[in-house]
Amino acid sequence: MWMLAAIVALAQAFGYASVPRTPAPKVVQIEIDKVAFGDTPAGIAVGDTVEWVNHDIFDHTSTSKTGGWDVVVPAGKKARVVMKRAGAFDYFCRLHPNMTGLVRVKKK
Amino acid sequence: MLFRHVSTAIAVLAVSSIGVFAQGAKPTDPQIAHIAYTAGQIDIEAAQQALKISKNKDVRAFAENMVKDHTQVNKMALDLCKKLGVTPEDNDTSKGLAKGAEAKRAELAKLAGAEFDKAYMANEVAYHKTVNGALETVLIPSSSNAELKSLLQTGLKIFKGHQQHAEHTAAMVK
Repeated sequence: MWMLAAIVALAQAFGYASVPRTPAPKVVQIEIDKVAFGDTPAGIAVGDTVEWVNHDIFDHTSTSKTGGWDVVVPAGKKARVVMKRAGAFDYFCRLHPNMTGLVRVKKK
Repeated sequence: MLFRHVSTAIAVLAVSSIGVFAQGAKPTDPQIAHIAYTAGQIDIEAAQQALKISKNKDVRAFAENMVKDHTQVNKMALDLCKKLGVTPEDNDTSKGLAKGAEAKRAELAKLAGAEFDKAYMANEVAYHKTVNGALETVLIPSSSNAELKSLLQTGLKIFKGHQQHAEHTAAMVK
């Protein structure tokens, strides 16, 4: 029995040591206030979630200009998008196209 | 008469404002509040007409957003007037706007289908362009109260967005 336990422990230790550590996906926020998107936090990676937080009393959208995502961010609420690809993505609000922003996503 | 040059056309808002106010007779805050509220109300009514007549999903989505946004801005305006103890004061510019809008609604009521969609969207582009011009050149610079000025500035940002949204939708129904 002790041999089995030792083998499992060794295998776990070996596995743990051999697999490179990848940071857990995180959630970052972009504030919407006074009909404008706030700054985009740096360091967003593939798999991370961007959450838009709408402080306005108007509905807005976050809409990728290249078709990557299109979510409604209702007045006083939040909406999330998981970033699936690396790159620099311009986005805007479909309801008020003068509101624009940019999300940079790096590889994992 | 402060706004004697106002006639039925909405476009006259900017022209008369610039012409009259250039002589130093700028509108008062209660008059500005009334003009801004009236301009918003007109667009809500135009959108409600569009929602009754249009079957185009993009036009309807635009109209629905006009109802929502202008209702919110007007609510903010009324709340601010209440807070400041200001009573919006009717004036010739507001009357001219209302009269022009009534004529436009009657004109649009005779249309249906794609003809209506085109005419409604074209008017929304022109209307927002004119109102935004008046806000930028006359109403915002003339407002004395800082909170009223700030509200008008927020309104202008929203309405500039509407103008772009209207231009985009107008291009789709051509």
